[in-house]
Amino acid sequence: MKRYILPAIRLTVVLIVVLAGIFPLFISAIAKMAPGKGDGETVTHNGRIVGYANIGQKFTGDKYFWSRPSAVDYNAAGSGGSNKGAANPDYLKTVQERIDTFLVHNPGVRKEDIPVELVTASASGLDPDLSPAAADIQVARIAKIRGIPATRLHALVDQYTKGPLLGMLGPSKVNVLQLNIALDDLK
Amino acid sequence: MTTEILGVIVTYGLTLLLAWPLGKYIAKVFNGDRTMLDFMAPMESLFYKLSGINPREEMNWKQHLKALLTINLVWFVYAFFVLIFQDHLPLNPDGNPGQTPDLAFNTAISFVVNCNLQHYSGESGVSYFSQLFVLAFLQFVSAATGIAALVVVLKALREKTTDKLGNFWEFFVKSITRLLLPLSIVMAIILAFNGTPASYKGKGSYVSMQGDTVNVSRGPAAGMIAIKHLGTNGGGWFGANSSHPLENPNYITYITEMVAQVIIPIAMIFALGYFIRRKKFAYVVFGIMTIGMLCLLIPTIITEVNGNPAIAHMGVTQPTGAMEGKEVRFGPAGSAYWSVVTTIISTGSVNAWHDSTMPVSGLMQLLGMMINSFYGGCGVGFLNYFVYIIIAVFISGLMVGRTPEFMGHKLEAREVKIAALITLLSPFLILAGTALSSYVLAHHPDADWAVKPSAWLNNPGYHGFSEMLYEYTSANANNGSGFEGLGDNNIFWNITTGFVLILGRFLPIIGPLAIAGLLAKKKYIPASAGTLKTDSLTFGVVTLAVIIIINALSYFPALTLGPIAEYLSLH
Repeated sequence: MKRYILPAIRLTVVLIVVLAGIFPLFISAIAKMAPGKGDGETVTHNGRIVGYANIGQKFTGDKYFWSRPSAVDYNAAGSGGSNKGAANPDYLKTVQERIDTFLVHNPGVRKEDIPVELVTASASGLDPDLSPAAADIQVARIAKIRGIPATRLHALVDQYTKGPLLGMLGPSKVNVLQLNIALDDLK
Repeated sequence: MTTEILGVIVTYGLTLLLAWPLGKYIAKVFNGDRTMLDFMAPMESLFYKLSGINPREEMNWKQHLKALLTINLVWFVYAFFVLIFQDHLPLNPDGNPGQTPDLAFNTAISFVVNCNLQHYSGESGVSYFSQLFVLAFLQFVSAATGIAALVVVLKALREKTTDKLGNFWEFFVKSITRLLLPLSIVMAIILAFNGTPASYKGKGSYVSMQGDTVNVSRGPAAGMIAIKHLGTNGGGWFGANSSHPLENPNYITYITEMVAQVIIPIAMIFALGYFIRRKKFAYVVFGIMTIGMLCLLIPTIITEVNGNPAIAHMGVTQPTGAMEGKEVRFGPAGSAYWSVVTTIISTGSVNAWHDSTMPVSGLMQLLGMMINSFYGGCGVGFLNYFVYIIIAVFISGLMVGRTPEFMGHKLEAREVKIAALITLLSPFLILAGTALSSYVLAHHPDADWAVKPSAWLNNPGYHGFSEMLYEYTSANANNGSGFEGLGDNNIFWNITTGFVLILGRFLPIIGPLAIAGLLAKKKYIPASAGTLKTDSLTFGVVTLAVIIIINALSYFPALTLGPIAEYLSLH
């Protein structure tokens, strides 16, 4: 062991310089050319930064498309999920409450039509997306409050729906922040 | 749903497509053949010179082990002290505090052994300095340790009779310069261009459309997220790991991270075939591992896509599957595939919370980690499989009444004893740990720790038991994922899992290295008509049977109390 201790320490120092010093600096330099310059891409609306492109934010007002429930209340200084097990009675009570709340705010919607992601917490607590169905089901509520025809809102959801990658890989999704910005811009 | 399943199939197909040439390349690198990255040689020479290493010095298996264990000890001491004093070190823009000694002990070990159990949250528990200079650094070197150990074993299997097994430092350094670092650079750039942060700035902030002020954690994350997958480490930059929208922004990064975490383990199997010049043997190993993987994967996907029966009972139809603890952009099928891959190989990164997956999925995740050799971690995956092979050869030998042989060497009592001990180690660590924690929970619920035992579990009943079982299983497998509801940042969990981590890492490296080293010293016996053919499909099936029997006998009772009971209560 004695024979190896000195080479081990010296090799460790060398590798720290390369792997922890130079490597991330190099990536950081290249990322300057990426959208957002490696700082995280922000979204600007009416001249001010209203969020990060990839990070979900809280939308609870009836005039906006709601985002998903979040275990960290969309506080992006942290992140995380509920970690509730499928059969946990307290958890199931929470889901039931979310269903009830949704039905109160969205009269006319039938329980069985509620997309499940609207009543379950995401993994990161910062999920930026909804499935197209989860956006569409909120259209009636928003149309009524804003006085915009539902067909226009459905078209808006369609317009902001991102299909699967290359048209065939993975789920379809709608970015809630982009959708709500577009909603505010509708006049 | 079709596009989601297709996403999984294409991702796996792409992995194989890339792993094939990569395997050939890895074999060439360790064979000393010419490759396209030979321009790294001057840099390697410089490393050796600065470190006072002679890369041509041949080592026997004991010397390899001494070198390996010494440098791992150096890393542990270094990591422990940096984590404790990180608040006094530079690159801490968010002003995060130093870690407590028990947490630093756990974190340091966990990253040294390629596990990355994280009993802290990335946003608040570590500084940028610790993330880069301790955690990401250890992600490189711990993966390289595993690969180097495997190369030593392969070298021993290839030679007829020798005790000269190459130089540990050379295998180790080349694993980094020829494999991990170049791939990490490519991958980090892909991530950065898809939205993963890479700059050194502290938290950003914005005022949302509804008027809330929100701070956003970020940092030089892209490099770490690359090596965390390529090195089957799994420890993420952010608390939410690869479900975080900055750590895994879209489906392109999903595919990239999925391919990255399993490509080296699969490529290693192909490399093995070229390196020891027994391609058929490698194909059989690959085939059996793939069958094992599919047996765990298919039930998981079906269960997750079908959704939570308890929620269905409330009258909500779930066309998008079970979505608690999942992200819309990955969906249930993509998350199910990830959860199986990350547990069969020892990554442990997650894009959905395993704690919230269905009982069947939890069962499959646990089995993946218990078996720990369907592909398996960087280098160590095959080492674990190798132990099963030794047992299988021994049992086959008993059945036909001949002295068992493997790769032209007689397998005798000493080697079989080592293999048997390593096989028994896992159930011992996992079950004893779970029993101890259950005892403490039941009898000392108010022990005065940072998290009282009565507050450990995030879920009642069977699932709570699974949370503890999962934690020890993950620690022993050096996996690092968790049923994260468990309140594990306290002295009990930090210390007990710390010791499980050390034993679960180094004994399964020492064992196979010793077996291979001992075999290589023996007289070479050319294959004859009576030799057991270890590259036949029959032998592959025997190995699979050994794996199933050993694991079923070891874990069935514990699994019955956890996910199986939960399944029955839910249906």
